[in-house]
Amino acid sequence: MEIPYTVSARQDTGLWNAKIGIWLFLASEVMLFGGLFSAYIFLRLGAGSVPGYVWPMHVLNVPLGFVNTLVLIGSSVTVILSWAALKLGEWKNFKLWMGLTLALSLTFLVIKSFEYKAKFTHYGVFLKSGEVITGHHLHAADDHLTIVPDEGHGHGAAKGGHGETGKADAAAGHGAEKADAGHATDPATLKGVSRQADGSLRIEKSEVFRYANHGPKYNTFYAIYFTLTGLHALHVIGGALVLGYFFFRGHVLYQKAPEHLANRVEVGGLFWHFVDLVWIFLFPLLYLL
Amino acid sequence: MAHSPEEIRKHVRFYIGVFGALLVLSAITVGVSYIHIGPPESNTGNIAVGLLIATVKAGLVAAFFMHLAGEKPLIYRVLLFTVIFVIGLFGLCIFAFHDDIPALF
Amino acid sequence: MHTSSAAAHPEAHPPDHGHDDHGHHELGFWRKYVFSTDHKVIGIQYGLTALVFLLFGFVLMMLMRWQLAYPGKPLPSSELLRAIFGGSMVAPEGHMTPDMYNAFGAMHGTIMVFLAIVPLAFGAFGNYVVPLQIGAPDMAFPRLNMVSYWSYLVGGLIMLGSFFVPGGAAKAGWTSYSPLAGISDTALSNPNIGFHPVFNGQTLWLIGMVFLISSSLLGSVNFITTIIQLRAPGMTWMRLPFFCWAQLVTAFLLLLAFPPLEAAAVMQLMDRLAGTSFFMPTGLVVNGAQVAISGGGSPLLYQHLFWFLGHPEVYVLILPGLGIVAEVIANNTRKPIWGYRTMVGAVWVLGFLSFIVWAHHMYMTGMGQGVATFFQTTTVLISVPSVILVTSLLISLWGGSIRFTLPMLWATAFLPMFGIGGLTGLPLAFTFLDLFLHDTYYVIGHFHYVVAPGTIFAMFAGIYYWYPKVTGRKLSTCLGHLHFWPSLVLMNGIFLPMFLQGMGGMHRRWYDGGAAYEQVSEGLLHWNTFMSKSAWLLGLAQIPFLINLFLSLKLGRRVENDNPWDATTLEWATPTPPPHGNFDKPVTAHRGPYEYSVPGQPRDFIPQNQPD
Repeated sequence: MEIPYTVSARQDTGLWNAKIGIWLFLASEVMLFGGLFSAYIFLRLGAGSVPGYVWPMHVLNVPLGFVNTLVLIGSSVTVILSWAALKLGEWKNFKLWMGLTLALSLTFLVIKSFEYKAKFTHYGVFLKSGEVITGHHLHAADDHLTIVPDEGHGHGAAKGGHGETGKADAAAGHGAEKADAGHATDPATLKGVSRQADGSLRIEKSEVFRYANHGPKYNTFYAIYFTLTGLHALHVIGGALVLGYFFFRGHVLYQKAPEHLANRVEVGGLFWHFVDLVWIFLFPLLYLL
Repeated sequence: MAHSPEEIRKHVRFYIGVFGALLVLSAITVGVSYIHIGPPESNTGNIAVGLLIATVKAGLVAAFFMHLAGEKPLIYRVLLFTVIFVIGLFGLCIFAFHDDIPALF
Repeated sequence: MHTSSAAAHPEAHPPDHGHDDHGHHELGFWRKYVFSTDHKVIGIQYGLTALVFLLFGFVLMMLMRWQLAYPGKPLPSSELLRAIFGGSMVAPEGHMTPDMYNAFGAMHGTIMVFLAIVPLAFGAFGNYVVPLQIGAPDMAFPRLNMVSYWSYLVGGLIMLGSFFVPGGAAKAGWTSYSPLAGISDTALSNPNIGFHPVFNGQTLWLIGMVFLISSSLLGSVNFITTIIQLRAPGMTWMRLPFFCWAQLVTAFLLLLAFPPLEAAAVMQLMDRLAGTSFFMPTGLVVNGAQVAISGGGSPLLYQHLFWFLGHPEVYVLILPGLGIVAEVIANNTRKPIWGYRTMVGAVWVLGFLSFIVWAHHMYMTGMGQGVATFFQTTTVLISVPSVILVTSLLISLWGGSIRFTLPMLWATAFLPMFGIGGLTGLPLAFTFLDLFLHDTYYVIGHFHYVVAPGTIFAMFAGIYYWYPKVTGRKLSTCLGHLHFWPSLVLMNGIFLPMFLQGMGGMHRRWYDGGAAYEQVSEGLLHWNTFMSKSAWLLGLAQIPFLINLFLSLKLGRRVENDNPWDATTLEWATPTPPPHGNFDKPVTAHRGPYEYSVPGQPRDFIPQNQPD
């Protein structure tokens, strides 16, 4: 039993089945990322009304993000060149361009993993008074934390409203003032914080409201950053797996029905271009604006 | 989609051209983000410009790499409604966010 | 001969040999009945699984109604229930705990909407009937179809499994609003229960939802492509049975409305598992302690994303049913449905508008006048195409030669029941009325009328109508009447008093059934026992149906031919049951779908594939 219009187009629509299928799927993906983008908008607008919370800008590695943008756009070109080679019957070129696409996708993921690692190893300690101490090499003991602080910080960019006694506004106002101050307060002067011999800080846990690395739970910017780029990376992996299947096993279908393989590569390519498209919006929104 | 070999080769040259345009636009995106645009206190000018350039880039990818230019009407219709609904989602959420009852305490 | 129970009763019947002439090998048992890519087998799988979930969701509600009728009284078989559901659910004295009431309430809604009705209406009826009605050999993407079913089953099993983890199933409502759903079933909400960080009810609910949403998305891609591409020659758009139009619009709703909820589910999972604050507001205090999170999140954001799906979802619940009723009415009045073209236009307008009405579920969240007026306007507007659809079906009865077959009984009963549901929705559309009615039993009455004596009746109509095509036998009429009449009366017994209770101010989702506000709701509480007894009797009334479903497989009257209802649409032009590939000869449509009682013709119907 053959399903009609799997390879050849139906007269009145001019399309074969998988072409419609992939565009429908991409429409749903637009809605998926649309839902996440609307979360981005909502959270960014909402940051304005949270005392002491300024939406972080320019906290991501722009050069790496820019390189990744070029890598992904490059892979978009190589995938369509691989499809063109297939349509022209040039098997070797198909393998060349498709292989390049896979290599570029791997490059993207490797660069992304470096970016993620940098964030996962960078910490922030939010004190109950509203200040934030950021740094690296955080160690947690039973009653205290030690951290190697970043240079020239001490600005209290913490969210307000977490005072123990519930004097939310007072704490928030306090923290916000510190944020506007712009001069670096020596963190060792804060309550519960002392400088150790090797330059690191010791912070008593009793003074700590929370601490975290710059992962998703750090604040809502990082939450949406990791969710958007994480979901995007999952799509990169998924797309690469499909394209990889065509690269490694495509020869089987190429012998039997080259037109069918070209259609499938086109469909896979369409998904790949969509992944590139999402990044084209992600990059400026998260890295630059 | 019946393409002759010559057509495909012509398209290939065109794809490389679009790639070049995308590289240039990407560089512009980064460069322009360091120049402040629009009213002094707010970021909306830069956001508008950044999104505009991104839309142009996305348009190029969609129109040429994804063959949307010259695609069949059915696909256009599906995408048109998708875009309407996404804009509806964004727009109505932003509208709801700004239009609220002021807190009484 | 394939039978409807093939998937569930493997020992039953010899395989069908009708497809040998295509020259492909005989499939083994597993590929034929379990991991099948045939839309008919998948449709039956969806149907049986959905019916099991429907029964389970109903049992949950019957237990809840005990608590509402007799607050604090020990449940019947409380020992057994405690053994099944755990000590946090059934108190030592034997009565239901608030946690159990909330868990059953949340899961009743979730199971009915996502595990029973949508899989039955869209997955089962859609899968089985649509390819047949358009004259196609199968769905456009058979393997994707199989993946859709298994994704649904896995999601459903995860949801079922959540009852048996420490702390029990999700209890933050079928809507799973944050911030409650962000901390529910965690040590933060109750350190005494020993919740597992991942295998707890609320988290499993979210994971299950991701599987269910993915299943629906893949299914909708399949349906749309199939209806567009695989229509048989001559099956033009305006010759499509209305059932197919309804399924097409339903598929678009699922395709475009579900993804934002998937995004919200992922974000809520991140809130629970990764400590993010997507939906967790600043300064959140739980059990007296400030929660050590970043804050800055928005509970309203969750509601927007949820209801962006939630509203189109209710049209997903009703549209396939409307389609079934249209088919059954045309067939049993022996005339075309009235206003076919208008109905097609109306269903598209309905689909479009359904995307921009969602915040009428959020009137009480502190919206300003502008946005409230916008949503009020679109909500009132959407009643227009709904009324057009139901009125057209009602007018279709006029002048008809009505045969009160079992399917027709259900279909005719659907009309006033859905009418009540729809009309009681109108006051809810208005912000100033919703101020008073929101979160009361009035709302529960409204939406149950639409889905329970509404959609479920349409589902029964479909089962009684298409059972002969699937199995080659008719369901027993006697058992059918025993099923239908009590169901009709008892549905009203349960849900009509809810309007009174709601207008009297009785609040929904309350464990004590309104007793705490007795000074306000005094005159209304007594209805609880009447409603509960109606519910339990309704449960009994389903027994004839269950008996009928299985007994008729062996003992039902065999159909006299492939088209026992003398119907016009193409699914009746196949052998009974249809073989793999559906049509033994390529089929062409020569005429419209409802050529009944055409003047000057020898019979009172002309099948669509009959040439001129």
